Amino acid sequence: MLLEYINRVLGKAASSSRIHARERLRLVLVHDRANMSPYFMNQLKEDLNNVIARYMVIDFDKFEIVLDQSDKVVELKTSVPIKKIRRDYMDRVKKSS
Amino acid sequence: MGEIIVVTSGKGGVGKTTTTANIGTALASEGLSIILIDTDIGLRNLDVVMGLENRIVYDIVDVTNGNCRLKQALIKDKRFENLYLLPAAQTKDKTAVSPDEMEDLCRELKDDYDYIIIDCPAGIEQGFYNAIAGADQAIVITTPEVSAVRDADRIIGLLESSDLRNPKLIINRFRPRMVRQGDMMDIEDIVDILAVDLLGVVQEDDRIIVSTNRGEPAVMNLISPAGEAYRRIARRIRGEEVPLMNLEESYGIMNKLRRLMGLC
Ligand SMILES: Nc1ncnc2c1ncn2[C@@H]1O[C@H](COP(=O)(O)OP(=O)(O)O)[C@@H](O)[C@H]1O
Ligand SMILES: [Mg+2]
Repeated sequence: MLLEYINRVLGKAASSSRIHARERLRLVLVHDRANMSPYFMNQLKEDLNNVIARYMVIDFDKFEIVLDQSDKVVELKTSVPIKKIRRDYMDRVKKSS
Repeated sequence: MGEIIVVTSGKGGVGKTTTTANIGTALASEGLSIILIDTDIGLRNLDVVMGLENRIVYDIVDVTNGNCRLKQALIKDKRFENLYLLPAAQTKDKTAVSPDEMEDLCRELKDDYDYIIIDCPAGIEQGFYNAIAGADQAIVITTPEVSAVRDADRIIGLLESSDLRNPKLIINRFRPRMVRQGDMMDIEDIVDILAVDLLGVVQEDDRIIVSTNRGEPAVMNLISPAGEAYRRIARRIRGEEVPLMNLEESYGIMNKLRRLMGLC
């Protein structure tokens, strides 16, 4: 209590705008960087497809990924229409690991 | 063979012109031959910061239009005879010089000088692309504010896609005291987020304004902390390893008191 008071008087604020600045910047940059580069999103989509393909066959043309930003988090949202699930996926996973 | 360095930022008013003037003057004071090029066409500033505004006869657009030869447009500095300024045109617009013309100009100067330092206009329009066209290396300036760092990130992306890889970062107008109070991002926050190499940190310094008033770059002032920071940056540009300045010098009596009480 007393220490907190002394700290405040001496300028060691309890609430810190530095943290706000840092976190806001991180979020906005995630968005900026992804927005700036459709190339990046396509690359990601292809990489995801390569992983998913080990388990199931998807409809790549209808496969969508977007970055969705609410106030607190940036989310990667995906919509992955499945054509079929591989019967042999267990074997494939074991083989590749 | 000289090196061509472009000073960029994205956001305006963060210290590109101040940095160009100071780094150039510091390098010249070490005996190197230097050309400063102001590419902020229509918003000429570097001449005033260098105190050379009364000596201008020709400008960069006169050179590219063929009204004069390149050497005729170079203005010799007052203090160092191996330091020159190529001023921007004040009456034309930012597109008056093309990227090709800029490249030719740089190539012509490259053999005769050690460093050519280009002061870039703010923004990400054509003026930016013109300024970076001939450069071998880029410096990105930011202040420790969210908006400036965001713009710096954008500029770093554009530089990299224009084949200016690994730009170096300068954090300007840094205020250690605000960082300690938790109200300013620290050096590592910014370097972490931007993921580039740090070239230096220049603190907020009232003497920068005094030096602009006088037309005498802060590196000429031996007690200016910003001047000292720029002298160190200049040595790093030459490849020397120079530690960051001690930014934690005593900040008055409250700080000493706090330290005595073991609160920091
Ligand atoms: N380290 C500093 N401390 C105090 N004032 C500064 C500092 N760096 C720049 N300034 C001031 O900020 C303003 C903008 O700087 P300038 O170099 O013209 O920016 P830019 O060329 O990026 O637009 C000027 O008035 C300058 O004096
Ligand atoms: Mg400027």
